[in-house]
Amino acid sequence: MAENRHKSLGLSDEEVLDLFRTMLMARKIDERMWLLNRAGKIPFVISCQGQEAAQVGASYALDRTKDYALPYYRDMGVVLSFGMTPQDLMLSGFAKAEDPNSGGRQMPGHFGQKKNRIVTGSSPVTTQVPHAVGIALAGKMEKKDFVSLVTFGEGSSNQGDFHEGANFAGVHKLPVIFMVENNKYAISVPVSKQLACEKVSDRAIGYGMPGYTVDGNDPLAVYEAVKAAADRGRNGEGPTLIETVSYRLTPHSSDDDDRTYREREEVDEAKKKDSIVTFANYLREQNILTEEIETEMNEEINQIVNDATDYAENASYAEAESAMKYVYEENEE
Amino acid sequence: MAVISYIQAVTQALREEMKRDDKVFVLGEDVGKRGGVFRATDGLYDEFGEDRVLDTPLAESAIAGVGIGAAMYGMRPVAEMQFADFIMPAVNQIISEAAKTRYRSNNDWSVPMTIRAPYGGGVHGALYHSQSVEAVFANQPGLKIVMPSTPYDVKGLLKASIRDNDPVLFFEHKRAYRLIKGEVPEEDYTLPIGKADVKREGSDITVITYGLCVHFALQAAEKLAEEGIDAHILDLRTVYPLDQQGIIEAASKTGKVLLVTEDNKEGGIISEVSAIISENCLFDLDAPVQRLAGPDVPSMPYAPTMEKFFMMNPDKVEKAMRDLAEF
Repeated sequence: MAENRHKSLGLSDEEVLDLFRTMLMARKIDERMWLLNRAGKIPFVISCQGQEAAQVGASYALDRTKDYALPYYRDMGVVLSFGMTPQDLMLSGFAKAEDPNSGGRQMPGHFGQKKNRIVTGSSPVTTQVPHAVGIALAGKMEKKDFVSLVTFGEGSSNQGDFHEGANFAGVHKLPVIFMVENNKYAISVPVSKQLACEKVSDRAIGYGMPGYTVDGNDPLAVYEAVKAAADRGRNGEGPTLIETVSYRLTPHSSDDDDRTYREREEVDEAKKKDSIVTFANYLREQNILTEEIETEMNEEINQIVNDATDYAENASYAEAESAMKYVYEENEE
Repeated sequence: MAVISYIQAVTQALREEMKRDDKVFVLGEDVGKRGGVFRATDGLYDEFGEDRVLDTPLAESAIAGVGIGAAMYGMRPVAEMQFADFIMPAVNQIISEAAKTRYRSNNDWSVPMTIRAPYGGGVHGALYHSQSVEAVFANQPGLKIVMPSTPYDVKGLLKASIRDNDPVLFFEHKRAYRLIKGEVPEEDYTLPIGKADVKREGSDITVITYGLCVHFALQAAEKLAEEGIDAHILDLRTVYPLDQQGIIEAASKTGKVLLVTEDNKEGGIISEVSAIISENCLFDLDAPVQRLAGPDVPSMPYAPTMEKFFMMNPDKVEKAMRDLAEF
């Protein structure tokens, strides 16, 4: 039997199975959204595929009862881990009134849900980075011990807001975890044309914080790195930069065609490292994911995704005139 | 009642709000130990400590963005942009984030933040220390833009801005800081954001303006009164969203309207005021609506000749008022 890696991280068999289940849930919701898009039922999809291990591994390393998440548009694994439901996500996909992210105002992938401390985001990339720093600053002022996790792509690590936010957090030693989900592409532009340094984590030294690069297909490696970063943050030791390296398995979005800029062989090669496959293999080797459990899990998730799809498809859109609401605070009758 | 300067009213409002509510804090460049380059936060660092009067790195997008994050958490940050001219790196945070947070989250999240910035010319500040930037932000629903003219309005409106549950841009005229003095109650009071204020009652012509230009118009009105011209002066105080009712009433009262700003002429606040008047007051007007503004050049030059050419002053306002009265 292969080495048990999760026990030494303090994770039980049940916990790693649950972690895998959340990864699989994200994958299956994502796959369903592509089907719905290609069937003409929803206008747009932007995918988490290939990044589930990093997203769920990082989230499970946090205290999801008090820490804050500032996800970017691919982070379905993060928001599911923080308490958003498959039904919530489908409501967002269909742009229905009950969508908790925005009530159907924003495109899918623009997450936000205050009750789960998932901070609302926009489309201009990297703007959430200074917000994560501000939330951590507020926590420090209020003498709380939560951390904020902010995620973004390697392309976003070139934006000024990354630099300004990271520097601010470094100067004020704030408990922020900056996690770059390096999926090798910013739409069509490969990482070689995005970065002059070898790794995004090389930039950490400029902000007075440690930087680590880990295998983004390995949820346990990501868990370990984020756990250590969260401990540092809670101990008042400041922020950490973590780069998780994986691969974007889908085109950028449902409106992109990645055949115009990358070879199929490259994608096929990356699929061999797909965490949904490799982590399942690990759990099978550990006799945690038995055939029986796997069948049951697949059936259960399929049922949940079907139910969520049906519910969202049949749900109501917001009233047209409700577009006038909530520009400013309103005193409701 | 104590007579204090415009900038002292800023400091007084900040101090009182910080005392009243632990969630209020100040952040910006040089706001701490130095007390601000204009001294608007003078004494606050000693009184409230470095955590609540936070010297930030020199990075405007972070000042706005970190403030937004803290506000979304539930704090009430008051961010200072050292000069309004330097707000530009923060525009994405202000327009894409602060302005849209409540709307995009369907009322789930909000940004109760105030951003203060000194604007305006006549201080030998040249192109990049003289600008009026309100028009950049004045078509962004979700934002409020307050531009007070008197110490009394500064105190009441700054307190209201800090207590407001949405983002407010609070532009302070830097030449008014020490030039303009006025009576300010020592007790706590707020003034309503979104309400214009009649600064002088009159019956012959109406002047609608804001900021330092209110004082130019008041001075001109005193001179013109000696000639028998009685001017009605409306101070917008909030330039976005505009007080439409206040504007319509003031314009209809005399039927002759002069709009004054020291900003460039085309596409500014007063152009929107003019549109409101033309939509609502056609049959009350006795003259074409007039705009008096800075020229459409990028900004105010440094040399005194060119600065004076650009800058609004009481003489320019007086002449425009007389011309309109004689129409």
